[in-house]
Amino acid sequence: MSMTSIEKDVDALSMVVTCEFDAPVDAVWELWADPRKLERWWGPPTYPATVVDHDLVAGGRVSYYMTGPEGDQHGGWWRVVAVDAPHSFEIEDGFADEDGNENPDLPTTTMRVTIEAKPEGGTRMVTSSTFPSREAMEQMLEMGLEEGLSAAIGQIDAILAPG
Amino acid sequence: MVADMAEEQRVDRLFQALADATRRDILQRAMAGELSISALARDYPMSMAAVQKHVAVLERAGLVTKQRRGREQLVRSSIETVRSAHHLLDELEAIWRERMHRFGEVLAEPTQGGTP
Repeated sequence: MSMTSIEKDVDALSMVVTCEFDAPVDAVWELWADPRKLERWWGPPTYPATVVDHDLVAGGRVSYYMTGPEGDQHGGWWRVVAVDAPHSFEIEDGFADEDGNENPDLPTTTMRVTIEAKPEGGTRMVTSSTFPSREAMEQMLEMGLEEGLSAAIGQIDAILAPG
Repeated sequence: MVADMAEEQRVDRLFQALADATRRDILQRAMAGELSISALARDYPMSMAAVQKHVAVLERAGLVTKQRRGREQLVRSSIETVRSAHHLLDELEAIWRERMHRFGEVLAEPTQGGTP
């Protein structure tokens, strides 16, 4: 794998990740289309993902949860907007509540993935994510799925509040 | 989704930095406006070197930045920077870098029952 570029646009609140793989288009597509393969890379080793529903067709739905080191579970879902297998798809990526239902109070990210063969061999995959607002992006990072520094930063005000 | 070692170390540094009352006080004052290290040293019952050490811990945790102006060393809070959209995108970049690294690893595995 080689990551050829990551472009971040602070004004448009978007990020475009371009990667190239020494593998055919179908094999790259399979890592999204096969739930058992998807769950092996979507979450970090400390928060592995378990995919529950996986219907990667327009109007379909994918749901998953990630399990943290304390056994804590954090649910997420994709609403599938469009699919052109094995070359592209567009989803809305959102958070679930404790029962696995969509949580409408939390922001969603729009993600578009394109997978194409390179003329000289290999496959190029471009993943574009767009966030609805800065607040939404901040909220997303401070959510359960995003443990670590953001959560700690969120606690700074409380720690610093005069006792 | 960032739970890697580097991130954990950052969190550790952050909490270590905030675990001391003097450092919390310095940070709060820096959040209210620029501070000089010599002014801080006058306000606390400790040496200039001891204040420097506290500021260095806050600096390593990414909570303040230091700047020299003439003979003065100024301390400034960087919490707003940490909360900026730019920083948020950097965190997302870190998530995707790791994700794509794993993606490449899974892709590179020999297929089960595949052609030899």
